[in-house]
Amino acid sequence: MSAFRFSSTPIDGAQLRSELIDVHCGGFTAFEGWVRDHNEGQQVTHLEYEAFEALGVREGEKIIAEACARHGVTRALCVHRLGDLGLKEIAVWVGVAAAHRDEAFKACRYIIDEVKHRVPIWKKEHYVSGDSGWVNCERCAAHAHDHDEHGHAHHHDHA
Amino acid sequence: MTAPLHGLVLAGGHSRRMGRDKAGIQFDGHTQLQRTFGLIQHLVVRGFVSVRPDQQQDPLRAAFPQIVDAAGVQGPIAGIRAAQLAYPGAAWLVVAIDLPLLDAPTLQNLIARRDPARLATAYRSSHDGLPEPLCAIYEPAAAAAIEAWLATGRNCPRKFLIQSDTLLLEQPNPQSLDNVNTPADLAATSSTAAGNAAPRELRVQYFALLREQAGRREEAVMTRAATPHELFSELAARHRFTLGTEHLKVAVNTEFSDWSRPLAAGDTVVFIPPVAGG
Repeated sequence: MSAFRFSSTPIDGAQLRSELIDVHCGGFTAFEGWVRDHNEGQQVTHLEYEAFEALGVREGEKIIAEACARHGVTRALCVHRLGDLGLKEIAVWVGVAAAHRDEAFKACRYIIDEVKHRVPIWKKEHYVSGDSGWVNCERCAAHAHDHDEHGHAHHHDHA
Repeated sequence: MTAPLHGLVLAGGHSRRMGRDKAGIQFDGHTQLQRTFGLIQHLVVRGFVSVRPDQQQDPLRAAFPQIVDAAGVQGPIAGIRAAQLAYPGAAWLVVAIDLPLLDAPTLQNLIARRDPARLATAYRSSHDGLPEPLCAIYEPAAAAAIEAWLATGRNCPRKFLIQSDTLLLEQPNPQSLDNVNTPADLAATSSTAAGNAAPRELRVQYFALLREQAGRREEAVMTRAATPHELFSELAARHRFTLGTEHLKVAVNTEFSDWSRPLAAGDTVVFIPPVAGG
């Protein structure tokens, strides 16, 4: 099983934790990202995750390999949800088992931070207002649109 | 019932802005007339070249089956009108002589997606979004409509398509209908046509905001775009993407890539909007 996976069904943290249990490890830590009911002043009703899975798995595995190499960690696993998620559901789960707590905490932090920045996963928030938006995309798009307002049409000299 | 498709190469223009006969301009060792006729002749029941009355004995044109322009009509619509009068039951694939980048996939796609229930099937110009009247299929029913159009004193075939029941398609290769009217156009097009980047098929997959704006998860694109950057510019114009390359990353064949990496036939390109995992 890959150390980085996508799941379209609810994440079972206890099940994933059992995959990491190892007699050489004296410490285990996990991070769970949950769906909360608000973001940037908007009331969120549910989320939708989409990923470029083939590249996402490769990039996720790379991040976990980096974490293990940097922090001398024995075992690490990350699972990210896809599809529609309701409030309180687990969106992402990271678990790390190591000989000691310090490297487990550091590696866990490294993995979640890098996954958020590098893995091609997109989140659409649906709001109480009925509106929705792709997180980190809509503001760029609105900005780009402002620049386009004065764009000019191509002239095509036709036969 | 679908009418049989005949082909008409419009070679009756005066080439005034070019200063020499556009039909005789050579690309790849063939005149534009030979090349264009060669492209259409296997796709239609019968192929013809449209000529003015005084061009019938012209050495460039004499070897081809001809239809002589309708008298008293100005411009390219004279050739279309004459063809409709000569073969009233036929639909016409009409192609201008001054499209040196025209390729077989562009014509095959037009024919495959033709809607015989409309008056015409045409491409939406990749430059201005308007119909391209001189690489289009005119159904038999368009004959009466064109006659009525001419009777009102108008003769622009593009305006005719805009105001008629025309099925508009996206160009599979955005440059295939670039036309040459002046020596400067010719110089620009010759360098494109001579470049290594012949049109080839690439696959593009879309995610998240780009998927919604493109209205599809993936598409096959016939393009000369040499790099992901050029490809994105082309597709952004077509799909009206709101994100620019400054906000995107790009992957080629499931690996993050540079925007200036050369693209090859069969490559799969994915433009990656700002990510938001966790």
